[in-house]
Amino acid sequence: MFNKGNWNEEINVNDFIKNNYTEYLGTDEFLEGPTKRTKEIWKKCEKLLQIELNQGIYKVDSDNIAGINNFEPGYIDQENELIVGLQSNEPLKRIINPFGGIRMVLNSLKQYDLEVPSKLDPFIKGLVKTHNDGVFSAYTEQIKNARRCGLLTGLPDAYGRGRVIGDYRRIALYGIDYLLKEKKKDYHSITDFTDENNIFLKENLKLQIKALNEMKEMATEYSIDLSKPAKSALEATQYVYMGYLAGVKENNGAAMSLGRVSTFLDIYFEKDLKENKLTEKEAQEIIDDFVIKLRLVRHLRTEEYNELFAGDPTWVTESIGGLTNDGSSLVTKTSFRFLNTLNNLGSAPEPNLTVLWSDQLPKGFKKFTTKLSIETGAIQYENDDVMRPVYGDDYSIACCVSPMATGKESQYFGARCNLPKALLMTFNGGVDEIKEIKVFDQIEKLSTESYLDYDHVMQQFRKVLSEVAKLYANTMNIIHYMHDKYAYEAGQMALHDTVIKRNMAFGVAGLSVIADSLSAIKYAKVKPVRNENGITEDFIIEGDFPKFGNNDDRVDQIAVEVLEYFINELRKHESYNGSKPTLSVLTITSNVVYGKKTGTTPDGRKKGEAFAPGANPMHGRDQMGAIASLKSVSKIPFEGVCEDGISNTFTITPNSLGKDENARVTNLVSILDGYFNDKAHHLNVNVLDRKTLKDAQKNPHNYPNLTIRVSGYAVNFNRLNKEQQDDVINRTFHERM
Amino acid sequence: MKANIHSIETMGLFDGPGIRTVIFFQGCSLRCKYCHNPDTWTTKTNELHSIDSLVALVKPYKNYYESSDGGVTLSGGEPLLQSEFIIEFAKALKAEGIHVALDTSGIGKNNEDYRELLKHIDLVLLDIKHYSKKGFHDMTGRDNSNLYSFIKDLNNSNAKVWVRNVIVETINDSEEYIKKFKNFTDQIKNINKIELLPFHKMCNSKYDALDYTFPLKDFNETSQEKIDYLEEKLKNII
Repeated sequence: MFNKGNWNEEINVNDFIKNNYTEYLGTDEFLEGPTKRTKEIWKKCEKLLQIELNQGIYKVDSDNIAGINNFEPGYIDQENELIVGLQSNEPLKRIINPFGGIRMVLNSLKQYDLEVPSKLDPFIKGLVKTHNDGVFSAYTEQIKNARRCGLLTGLPDAYGRGRVIGDYRRIALYGIDYLLKEKKKDYHSITDFTDENNIFLKENLKLQIKALNEMKEMATEYSIDLSKPAKSALEATQYVYMGYLAGVKENNGAAMSLGRVSTFLDIYFEKDLKENKLTEKEAQEIIDDFVIKLRLVRHLRTEEYNELFAGDPTWVTESIGGLTNDGSSLVTKTSFRFLNTLNNLGSAPEPNLTVLWSDQLPKGFKKFTTKLSIETGAIQYENDDVMRPVYGDDYSIACCVSPMATGKESQYFGARCNLPKALLMTFNGGVDEIKEIKVFDQIEKLSTESYLDYDHVMQQFRKVLSEVAKLYANTMNIIHYMHDKYAYEAGQMALHDTVIKRNMAFGVAGLSVIADSLSAIKYAKVKPVRNENGITEDFIIEGDFPKFGNNDDRVDQIAVEVLEYFINELRKHESYNGSKPTLSVLTITSNVVYGKKTGTTPDGRKKGEAFAPGANPMHGRDQMGAIASLKSVSKIPFEGVCEDGISNTFTITPNSLGKDENARVTNLVSILDGYFNDKAHHLNVNVLDRKTLKDAQKNPHNYPNLTIRVSGYAVNFNRLNKEQQDDVINRTFHERM
Repeated sequence: MKANIHSIETMGLFDGPGIRTVIFFQGCSLRCKYCHNPDTWTTKTNELHSIDSLVALVKPYKNYYESSDGGVTLSGGEPLLQSEFIIEFAKALKAEGIHVALDTSGIGKNNEDYRELLKHIDLVLLDIKHYSKKGFHDMTGRDNSNLYSFIKDLNNSNAKVWVRNVIVETINDSEEYIKKFKNFTDQIKNINKIELLPFHKMCNSKYDALDYTFPLKDFNETSQEKIDYLEEKLKNII
C-alpha cells in the first residue's frame, strides 16, 4: 500500500515521508470551510474559553496527579467529536503536576483559592522528592544569588523543562506494539554497567516501556487501539494526537511542541482521497477537529510564571513546509489544511504555526501563508535554508525557535541570562546593581573616575562573561541531572531513538542593549555615576553613537562578537549527559521582567525600562526603516553560534505594507525572501495598527480573537497583563510617513 | 562632490516597484499645500554624503531588490535641485546593476538640461501637482513652466514613467479634474502607470515641530474608496 524503503527495516519516519509524500505546488483554491459540526463544537469551546479568560482559569482537577493514564476520558461533545482525547476528564480542566516542584503547585492552588488535595501529601511531606527539591539541594549560594538578582531567570528548576518533542508520528506509522518490541530489544541489549550511562539508560528504558503500555491503555479508555499501525487518515491523526496527549498528561513543560506532523499525515489523507474514502470537506474537518484539541491544551501556572511567559502559552509548535535535502519542498495539501484552521476556527495563538521558509518554497504556499499572516497575525517564519544543513530535513521546532532532529535529538532547556546585568557587574565588581548582592568574587571593580575606555571595559566584560558561562553551565548541569532523575519524560522519550543527541540550550536576553551600550562606550563618551556604595546608578553620555538596527557594522559586529565569545566560553565546560551547548537570542516576554530587574545601562536605557524582545533593536532606535533593522538582525550567525535560534519580531501597519491585499502579500513575500536569503533565522510577523491595540486594551470584548506574535509565540492580546500590553504597544511599528 | 541628504528609508514600498531604498534629498523650491515632508524644504545642510558612502549604504540591500524587483529611489525634497550629484550617483548605481527611480515634480533649477541625467534613470515618478498653470501655482506657490522642459527631455529619453497626483477632497477630486488631468498626461510618452495618491495628514506633527502652519490641516484625508473610484474613472477615459 505504501512505497517501501528503509522505514520497513528500522524506525525511520523521515524515510517513510520521502518515499510516499506528494508535494503540492498549487494555490489555496482547493481548501474547504468549516462544517456545521466543526462550528458547533468550536462554539462550545469558545464559551469555555470565555469563562477561562474571565476567571484566569477554568477548572483544576484536584482528584488526580499528572500521568499518562491517570485520568478518566474526557470529551467536548462525545457524539460529534472526530478526534478524541483531553488532558483530564473535561476540556480546559488543568492537571496538577508536582513532579517538577510542589511549591509551584501550592502557589497556583493558593492563587486560585483552591484546596490542597490530600494526594499531594507525600510530596509536601517530602516522601516523594521532586525535581525542584533535587535542584535546590545541589544549588550553591552563588547560583541562588544569580537567580535572586535576575542574572539567570526563567530557569526550569521549579516545573517541567519541556522542549522535548516525542516523534508522535511513530505511533501512527508503526503502532505501539512494534515500538515496544524495539524498546525491549534495546533494554535487553544493555548488560555492561562499567559505564554508568548504561545504568541511566537501562533504568529509563524500563520507564519508557511502561509509558508505552500506559499510552495504549489510555487510548483504550477512548476505545482507540494504538497497538497496530494506522490504516486511515482519521486513525493516523488520532494516533499522532494520542501520543501528543500522553505527553501533555505526563508533563507540564513550558513548551510542549507537536513536531512536524502535517506532511506525514498528508500521506494518509492523499491515500484516502485517492481511494474515495474521504472528501476534501471531510479531510479538512479531521484537521479542524485535531487543531481544536491542540487549542485546548493547558497547564497549571503561577503568577510569576505568567510574568515571564505571558498569556498562558503552551507552544504546541507545528513546523510546516521546508525542503528535503534534495531540494523539493515538503509542502503538501495538509500543510495548507493545517494553516486553513486559522480561517475555519478564527485566529488563535495555538498551535504555534511555524512556517519553515526557503527561497524555493512553492509560490502558492508563500502567498497563502503571508496572506494568513496579514489577516491573523498567528504565524512565524523560520529559515529552513540555515537549519537544514545543521539539523537535517526532518527537524521540528520546539518552543519558539529551537530546532532539533525529530525523534533523534532532544534538548535541555536553559532559559536565558541577562547580558546587560553582566555588563553592569563589570563596572560594579561582580555586584548586582539593584539588590547590591555580590555574585562574583573574582571580579575587581572598574576604576571609573573618568570616561570609560572601550578596550578596558571589553577586557573586563569578557572576564565577567567567562564567570557567567561557568556559573550558567553548572546551573544547567544540576537542573537537567535532577530533571532526568525526578521528572523524566518517559512517554516522550519512548518516542525517540534509544540513543539520541542532546543540545544544552543556553540563551541570552538584552542583546541590543548590550550592543548599544558597548557602542556608546566606544563611539561616544560615557561616564558612570555611582551611588554612595559605589554602585553605578546612571551614565553620562556625551555625543552620538551607532545603534543596533541601522545596518551599521560598527555596532552590529559588537553584538556578533559578544555572542561568539559567550558560546565559546560555554563550550569550555562539560555539559551534562554529553549534551552539546547551543545558544539562543530569545526572551519570550521576559524582556519586560528582565528590564524591570536591571539598572540604568550605558546606552541611555533607564532603570526598569524593558529590553527589546529577542534580537530586536531597541524601540525607536532603528532610524533607517525596517529593512535596515532586519539586516542588522540577520548578521547574527545561526550556524556555529546561535544554533538554538534568533528571534526577531516585526510589526508593520497594514497601510505601510501595501495599498491593497495583493500588494501586501507580494511585499511580505519579498521581505521574507530578502531577509532569509541573508541567512537570518526567525521572524514573527504582525500586520496591525497601534490604534487597534490601544482600542483592544480599552474594549477587549470587541477583540476576542486578537492574536499577536511576541517573541517566538503568538498570544491572545487580552491574556496579557497591562504592563505587557503596554510593552507591545510601545514597540516599533514600521510605519510609512 | 557631496549631496545634502534629509534621510534614508530602507523599506520604501510605495515609491516605485518592489522594495526600494529611498534617498530623500534635502531641499525643495515648491511649497505644496499637502506636502507630507515639510522638513525637506530647507536647503540648509543636514547630512552630507559622498557618492561612495551612499553606494556603500544601498549595496547591502541588493538581495531585497532582487527578491522584489526593487531598487533605489531618489526622492526628496526635490532631487533635481542636486542634479549634478544625482547624475553621478545614478551612474554609480547603474554600474552596480541597481534599478534607479527618480521621484520628482519636474521642477528643478531654471533652464536645466536633463538629457544626461535621464540616460541613467530607469523610471521617473512624475508628480503632477495640477494640470493647469493656475492650479499648479495655487497648490505649490510656484510657476510650472520648468515642468514642460523636463517633460520634453523625458520624452526624449528611454526612462519609463509613472505619473502621480495627490488627490485632495474638494480641490481635485472631481471627475472633471480627472479628465483634464488625463488630457495633460497625454503629452508624456512612456507612461506605464498613473497613480492617484490619497492625501493624508500623518505629517501634522512634522508641521507642529517646525512651527509651520499645515495649510490643509482642516481638510479631510482622502479615502481609499475615493481613490479606487477615481482610478476606475481614469481607466475608462480613452
